[in-house]
Amino acid sequence: MPQITYREAIRHALAEELTRDPNVVVMGEEVAQFNGAYKVTDGLLATFGPTRIVDTPISEAGFIGLGVGASMLGIRPVMELMFWSFYSVAFDQILNNAANVRYMSGGQINCPIVIRGPANGGTNVGATHSHTPENVLANHPGVKVVVPATAYDAKGLLKSAIRDNDPVFFLENTILYGDKGEVPEAEYVIPLGKADVKRVGADLTIVTYGRCVIHSLKAAEVLEKDHGISVEVVDLRTIRPLDFDTVLASVKKTNRVLIVEEQKPFASVGTQLAYMIQREAFDDLDGPIHRLATIDAPAIYSPPVETEQLPNPGRVIKAVLAAMA
Amino acid sequence: MSKKPSAIADIKAESAVKATDYALAPINAALSPTQRIELYRTMIRIRRFEERSLRAYQGKNPSGGTNIGGFLHLYIGQEAVAVGCCSLMGKNDHVITAYRDHGHAIAVGMDTKPLMAELYGKITGCSKGKGGSMHYFAPDKNFWGGHGIVGGQIPLGTGLAYALKYQGKKGAAMAFMGDGAVNQGAVHEAYNLASLWNLPVVFVIENNGYSMGTSQARSSAGQLAKRAEGYNMTWGQCDGHDVYEVRALMDKHLTLAREQSRPSTVEIDTYRYRGHSVADPDNTYRTKTEIEEYRNKKDPIQVSLHKLLAEGVLTETLADQIDAEARAEAESAADFAEASPYPTPDDIQKDVYWESDHPAQRKSEGRLFFD
Repeated sequence: MPQITYREAIRHALAEELTRDPNVVVMGEEVAQFNGAYKVTDGLLATFGPTRIVDTPISEAGFIGLGVGASMLGIRPVMELMFWSFYSVAFDQILNNAANVRYMSGGQINCPIVIRGPANGGTNVGATHSHTPENVLANHPGVKVVVPATAYDAKGLLKSAIRDNDPVFFLENTILYGDKGEVPEAEYVIPLGKADVKRVGADLTIVTYGRCVIHSLKAAEVLEKDHGISVEVVDLRTIRPLDFDTVLASVKKTNRVLIVEEQKPFASVGTQLAYMIQREAFDDLDGPIHRLATIDAPAIYSPPVETEQLPNPGRVIKAVLAAMA
Repeated sequence: MSKKPSAIADIKAESAVKATDYALAPINAALSPTQRIELYRTMIRIRRFEERSLRAYQGKNPSGGTNIGGFLHLYIGQEAVAVGCCSLMGKNDHVITAYRDHGHAIAVGMDTKPLMAELYGKITGCSKGKGGSMHYFAPDKNFWGGHGIVGGQIPLGTGLAYALKYQGKKGAAMAFMGDGAVNQGAVHEAYNLASLWNLPVVFVIENNGYSMGTSQARSSAGQLAKRAEGYNMTWGQCDGHDVYEVRALMDKHLTLAREQSRPSTVEIDTYRYRGHSVADPDNTYRTKTEIEEYRNKKDPIQVSLHKLLAEGVLTETLADQIDAEARAEAESAADFAEASPYPTPDDIQKDVYWESDHPAQRKSEGRLFFD
C-alpha cells in the first residue's frame, strides 16, 4: 500500500470529491494561486480551474457566510480556514448561521458545508494562532466535528464530510501534515462517528483524538517495554457524532481510563467524556478517571516550553503511571 | 394601530410624496389595474397582520399566559419597501432579510396562518414554533429568512447570489438590512466579495432612521448607500413611502444584477411607527410629533390608496372591502394560531440534523445528541 502524507491524503480527498460532484467548490485564503498556505491544495487550481478552486480575501466572516448561503442553494463548499484559530472572526456565520438555520427554519433548510483547516498548538505562533476549538464547536447541536490523526483517517473522513448534508467542521494539524501513512489507492470512505482502536491493550484505556493519538501510541510502546503496562488507545476520530460505544467497550475491558487531549482543561471534550464514562461505566472503574490536557494558560510562545505545555509522550507516560498507581 | 373601521377614513390631506420619474417608469406603467390593487392589498394585509399580532402580544391566552413571547419587531409604516421589492421577483430571484421580517414573508407570498402560528410558538408555525418572529423561512418561495443578528444575513445573501452565478441561473438575490446594519463588519466584507466576484445581489438598506433607539445622525457617518462607492458598486436612493418609487429603483438594480451580474446598493427611506420592538417604550429618542408627521403625510398605504382612487383603479367601496378582507384574514390567522397545538418536548430534538431527520439515509454513526 502506498505511503502518503496526511497533507496529500487530504488533497486526494478534495480532488476525488471535486471530480465526483460538480457542486463541490474549494474556497479560502491562498488555496488557489498560492497553492495553499500549508500546500494542502497544491495543484488543485491547475487541475480544476478558478471556478472550482477560489481564492478569497482575508475576510473570514464574509467568505464563510457566503459559503453558508451558497450551501443553502445546494453548493457544497469546502472552506479552508488558514488556521481554525480564525474561527473567532467568523463565529456568527459558523455557529449562528450554519449551526442554527436548519432548526430555526423548522427543518426546511440544510447546509452541506465543510469548514476545514489546522487547529493545533506546538508551532510557536503564540496564543492567537494556537486555538483548539473542537469543544466550542461541538457544543452547538446541528454541527459535526472531526479531528483526524492519520493520513488514512483524514482522507476517508474528509470524503464523508463533503458528502454529508449537515455542516461538518474538520480540524487538521499542521504538525501532522508531513506525517506519512498507508493509504490505499482504491477509493474508500470512513463514516463520521466511528472511533478506531489504534492499539489493543489490557490494563488502561487512553481515550484521545488528533495528534494526541500519536503521542499516546509512542507512550504506550514505552509503557509496555519499560513498565509492563498494556495500554489500549481509542482514537475518537469524530467528536460529534461520538462513538461512545467503542469507548465504553474498552473501559469495561481495562477498567481504567486516561483521557488525553490538546485542549484547555475547563469544559473540554474530555470533560464531557469523563461525565459520560462515570455515568455509564461507574461500576466498571477501578479508579478515578484521569485526564491529561494542555497546561491551563494561553499558548506560550517560548519553543521548548510550549512543548511541555501541550500533551507529549513524556507527559502521557507520567499520567498513565499516575493512573495505574 | 388604527382604531378606525375604514381605510378610507385614514386618508389625510394630499400626500407629501411627490411622484418622480421613478414612479412613472415603464415597470409601473405596465401594471394592470388588478396588479396595482394587489400591491395595495399586500401592503394592507401586512398592516393588519402586524396590528393583530401586536394585539395578540399584548393580550393573554386562555390560560392566562402570553400568546407571543420574546421580541416582536413590527413592519408598520415600512410596507411599501418589502411589497415593492418582492413584487419584482422572478423564479430565480431570492430574498433574505433581518429580524423585522413579517412584511417580506407576506410579500413573497407566505400564508399568514403559519406566520401567526409561528409567533404563538405553535407546531403549525412556518418554522414549527422553533424560530419565532425573527426567523421566518420559506425556501419554496425563495425566502431564506428572517435573521436575528444585525448584518449577519448579508454574507448569506451574497452566498445565494454566488450559488445563482455558479449554477448559471439568471437571477438576483435581494439582501435586506436596516440602517444600523451598515456599520457591521460582515456587511462590508460581503460588499467587497460581491463586487470583487461580480455577484448578482442587490443590497437593500431599509433606512427607517433609527438603529434601535439611536438615530442615523448619532450612529452613521456619511450617506449610507454611498459607502458602496468604496467597493466600486453603483448605488441609488428613493422614497420608500411610495411603492412605485421602490419598484422603479429596484427594477433598475435587479436588472443590473440579472443582466450584468453586478452587485449594487439601494437605500430606501422609510419609517416605522412602532418602537424598535414591542419592548421599546419609544419615548427617548424621537418625538410623537415626528411620528404623526409621517403617519399623516407619508403613510405608504394612504399614499397608495390616494393614487389608486385618483387613477380610478379603486373605488371607496372596493377599498373598504379589501381592508375588511385583510382584517378578517388577520383575525382568521390569529384564530388558527390560537387553536393550534404547541410542539411537544419530543419535537425539541427534531430538525437539528438533516441526518437525524432522515434516519434511513443516515451514513454517520455514533451519538448525535447528549444528555
